[in-house]
Amino acid sequence: MKAIVNVFLKEGVLDPQGKATHHALKSLGFDNVESVRIGKQIIVELKAKDKEEAIKEVSQMSETLLANTVIEDYTIEIVE
Amino acid sequence: MKKAAVLRFPGTNCEFDTEYALKKQGFEVTLVWHKEETLPECDLVVVPGGFSYGDYLRAGSIAKFSPVMKAVEEFANGGGYVLGICNGFQILTEVGLLPGALKRNNSLHFISKMQHIKVINNDNKFLETCAVGEILNVPVAHADGNYYIDNEGLTSLKENNQILVQYCDASGTPMVLNGSVEQIAGVCNKKKNVFGLMPHPERAIELLLGSDDGLKMFAGLAS
Repeated sequence: MKAIVNVFLKEGVLDPQGKATHHALKSLGFDNVESVRIGKQIIVELKAKDKEEAIKEVSQMSETLLANTVIEDYTIEIVE
Repeated sequence: MKKAAVLRFPGTNCEFDTEYALKKQGFEVTLVWHKEETLPECDLVVVPGGFSYGDYLRAGSIAKFSPVMKAVEEFANGGGYVLGICNGFQILTEVGLLPGALKRNNSLHFISKMQHIKVINNDNKFLETCAVGEILNVPVAHADGNYYIDNEGLTSLKENNQILVQYCDASGTPMVLNGSVEQIAGVCNKKKNVFGLMPHPERAIELLLGSDDGLKMFAGLAS
């Protein structure tokens, strides 16, 4: 089974990379851009008997290692 | 003679500077590999600077699970003194021995230079030989030194005198270095036996190399 974990800085925590990229996009003339947030995507392939079990295990992985929940939020999507 | 253990992870690079600084203050120093499950008998554990595990995923995130860190947690929970410098500070926040987290610098640059810091609180063993308001000149060298804590956490830090050092200019006026909340350079835990800071006191030990202000930051622990 494949899980996609997206990790982003929490809303309200300044994202300096997103801000710099936003600025660069504006400089290139993309005036419609309102904000940019940069995160990371972690793809985990794992053995699990069903989707529910996979989500449970990947949640534990996210809480203990993949995200620092002091500053980051994460989402989990099971794709296959 | 006081004894100190200095940890080494793959990617640590400040362990010998730290050893030098501690020896100069009269410590007997043992370097401890991260795979050790126990600590030698000691009065102080130092988690030194560097790039443990190449800073992969997040600075300090993988070192947190090294066998030796469990021993460090027990040591700290039992009241032992733990000092985290730079990457060591990042590791201690990841482990949860210190509040908050370190983010990428607002400028996105690696900042490497001499930096003034001001002592905010000295009612702790680490900075007891420094005066409140004293200005020290020590190097900083980091990409992820942007200290973050939420408002509630910040209030609690202030109430318990846990903010120990703050970035400032030569006259002591707080200055923005990397985007840290309230220009925080270092904090301790509630019990005041764990201290983490981004600046490198172990690199300010000899006047010949620009400053020996770092010695003062180890003096309290040595006494």
